[in-house]
Amino acid sequence: MTAASLSAAVRSGERSALAVVDEHLAAIEAREDQIHAFNLVTAEAARSVAAAIDQRVEAGEDPGPLAGVPIALKDNLCTRGVATTCSSRILDGWRPPYDATVVQRLADAGAVMVGKTNLDEFAMGSSTENSAFGPTRNPHDTSRVPGGSSGGSAAAVAAGFSPLALGSDTGGSIRQPAALCGVVGVKPTYGLVSRYGLIAFASSLDQIGPFATTVDDAAMVLEVIGGHDPADSTSIPRAVPPVRRHLTDGVAGLRVGVVTELSGEGIAPDVARRVNEAAEVLAAAGAEVAEASVPAAVYGLSAYYLIAPAEASSNLARYDGVRYGLRVDAATTPEMNLATRTAGFGDEVKRRIMLGTYALSAGYYDAYYGKAQKVRTLIIRDFTAAYQRFDVLLSPTSPTTAFPLGDKTADPLTMYLNDVCTIPSNLSGDPAMSVPFGTGDDGLPVGVQVLAPSLGEIDMFRTAAVLEAAAVREEVTS
Amino acid sequence: MSDTVLPEGWEMVVGLEVHCELSTATKLFCGCPNQFGSEPNTNVCPVCLGLPGSLPVVNGSAVTYAMRLGRALHCEVRRSVFARKNYFYPDMPKDYQVSQYDLPTNVEGWLELPDGTRVGIERAHIEEDTGKSTHVGGGGRIHEAGYSLVDYNRAGVPLIEIVGKPDLRTAEQARQYVAELRAIILAIDVSDARMEEGSMRVDANVSVNRPGDPFGTRCEIKNLNSLRSLGRAIDYEALRQVDLLEAGERVIQQTRHWDEADGRTHTLRSKEEAEDYRYFAEPDLVPLEPSDDDVRAIDEALPPLPADRRRAVAEAAGVEPSAAAMTVERDLDPLALAAIEAGAAPDRVLTHIDNNLAVDGADRLDPRAFARLIAMETGGELTATQAKTVLADMVETGRGPEELASEHGFEAMDTGELASVVDGLIAEHPDEWASYCDGNQKVAGFFVGAVMKATKGQADGKVVTSLLRERAGS
Repeated sequence: MTAASLSAAVRSGERSALAVVDEHLAAIEAREDQIHAFNLVTAEAARSVAAAIDQRVEAGEDPGPLAGVPIALKDNLCTRGVATTCSSRILDGWRPPYDATVVQRLADAGAVMVGKTNLDEFAMGSSTENSAFGPTRNPHDTSRVPGGSSGGSAAAVAAGFSPLALGSDTGGSIRQPAALCGVVGVKPTYGLVSRYGLIAFASSLDQIGPFATTVDDAAMVLEVIGGHDPADSTSIPRAVPPVRRHLTDGVAGLRVGVVTELSGEGIAPDVARRVNEAAEVLAAAGAEVAEASVPAAVYGLSAYYLIAPAEASSNLARYDGVRYGLRVDAATTPEMNLATRTAGFGDEVKRRIMLGTYALSAGYYDAYYGKAQKVRTLIIRDFTAAYQRFDVLLSPTSPTTAFPLGDKTADPLTMYLNDVCTIPSNLSGDPAMSVPFGTGDDGLPVGVQVLAPSLGEIDMFRTAAVLEAAAVREEVTS
Repeated sequence: MSDTVLPEGWEMVVGLEVHCELSTATKLFCGCPNQFGSEPNTNVCPVCLGLPGSLPVVNGSAVTYAMRLGRALHCEVRRSVFARKNYFYPDMPKDYQVSQYDLPTNVEGWLELPDGTRVGIERAHIEEDTGKSTHVGGGGRIHEAGYSLVDYNRAGVPLIEIVGKPDLRTAEQARQYVAELRAIILAIDVSDARMEEGSMRVDANVSVNRPGDPFGTRCEIKNLNSLRSLGRAIDYEALRQVDLLEAGERVIQQTRHWDEADGRTHTLRSKEEAEDYRYFAEPDLVPLEPSDDDVRAIDEALPPLPADRRRAVAEAAGVEPSAAAMTVERDLDPLALAAIEAGAAPDRVLTHIDNNLAVDGADRLDPRAFARLIAMETGGELTATQAKTVLADMVETGRGPEELASEHGFEAMDTGELASVVDGLIAEHPDEWASYCDGNQKVAGFFVGAVMKATKGQADGKVVTSLLRERAGS
């Protein structure tokens, strides 16, 4: 069932929130062993929150638009009193004394947290194999990865553990696993959703967004978690666009561009074919479809793998063993810092800290970090130019369908290529989402990416809704 | 400069970096109280502790304070960007300090010393303070300590760092610079600038060179916490460098620590292995973009600054600004101006303020009454000593000088009357008188003292001295 129908049933008193939560906890119990979507299932807390919601309904109150809807939260979102690990040993034993703004807003809307989901350590990765607590598996084929870094959240929704989940997207970490798991995943405009309480990976790129089984559910979550937050200086001082109201507007007259740079080389033919079909669907629905060019997008990956590690090297400095989390004792403070970080961080995190430290260092700043920032400016310029001609853009979300576990772990550069289509919109700060659109030759889900200019969420969701409707028909007819 | 301690053929160059805590109600990036002396770790929250997921939000008052200081230092206030300065330190919660780097809030200003010298200000930028470590055991030194305690109350307190240009040439100038900066800071009310509490801290960059040569290699002396230490440390360090160079050795660029107890500077760390702070723009904060209107509003709200105030008194009194320095330092320049306006002799006004009015409540003195007192003094009704006594009573009681003088029985003595007292004493002490006439000046004091005693202090010392001279025929 969708979140929309569940909350309607709970609010009307037709179903109890407790029953809804129990049903999902049962689903988790049945299959979590095989999937490992969660680092922690908060069953008891979920039941007591659900019971409180039922009491409010009985008392004639409205517990909010997400009343009684189970939601899974990526384990890099701070939850008061509940262990938050970033799937890293370094945060061992740490319980945040506060809730992330999005967590608070979800609670206020009546959503019920059922657990904290697995991720690539500190959100660094594209397969959720970099977790200190073991990998998550794709519910459609447990020999394959769910994508990453929000693989746990994507898998939780795809497996029916919860109709909704939150992830974070720094270079595609919501959209790519959404594509690989066959669910909807949204990266909103940078600053539309508060980052307060999201444990930072790369601050200028990170954005929180929803996973859902439908475009409508994703829109509903975005409306709950979005909007200005005075606790985040980069939060845009305005309300979230009323996306849900426009979901049935259709795409007649909408100008849609298919990004050539993100649709050719390196993209699996079955994935490319689905993107073409999606373009045809939109054209048939009245959109003006044409090829679009974003030339600098091809440099996105290179720029990203300098900027993101640079920021990460700084953001992760605080895990030094002094104040919280893991501490490995040693004779002096620097030695203690070194021993703690050596033991606490996994290989990928260490790799990026070293890359970032190097990219920012005095002799190399201009050659690496400085140049990457210039590329970022070029990408923003090229997107701005493209959006002069188009309302939304279309591309694959991921170059391939879900790949087998262990397939790419030996070669980090091959792994990084997974994010080639998603990274450019993190660099530009623009919104983008992935919508399931049929399957590949292997029968696994394919996602189509819809991109829009800053705060263009309404057009993005309208487009996604049309694709979703077509995809559903196709599955029914084929 | 005459007050140099350096041997002939050497000159020193000093540039100062002053850190000053801004006295805002709350910290730079969160709502925690900015308060000195609270119980350790009570003024803290997730943001100033840098807990994972927390984000900074800049305190508007801190920015206004910083801009105010910038304008008071004649700086250009412009668009600025916060940057991260990355280094590991146990009492720094995020292991980076949020500061400003290539785009500071204030650039290119100057400050005027009382003698009129202008010292350049390179920049004055905003940054956050760190916490404070206490090393327990081992005499408080980190290396021998059993364990360390960290208090994060100070972490996130807003600081302004004022980087001066290397325009100072003596330790005395450096002291004057810091004193003047402190006076400006107090005048515009952005900090309590207490060096002993660490809310104002000074680092001094010192180098020496032969006149005409380029500047020498510099050493930085960290955390000087009094004007006395500042002066002593600079002089010591400059001499140390001259000694090294004269012995044919070289100065190594270093950070040094001043030990007040042994009067020496000691090596802290060598700059040759300097840290790379890997600065980059802080992505969690947006740039500060003050409008022209913002800057104008700050300018309009600035009070008159010490240099302007000194100049005003100096002009009114017809003296050099340095001669008016004490009136401003004691905040008594309004009194000085009003008294001069009311007709008091300027030199007496300045002398009384410099010598006799370092007391509480002096600022409440009625300037017209002060002027009348000076008129009585210059008119010969009161001696300088009597005027000082009356002045003290005026401050204490708020009553007029005429009334107080008569209560004391201070009446100007008739010179004839005084002459007979003098003659009487000469007759009583023939031996002493003979000695005086032989040129023994020490005996003069004996006679003046005796006259004072006989007249209960009403005699004017100057008149007595001239009477004695007259009678000795000298």
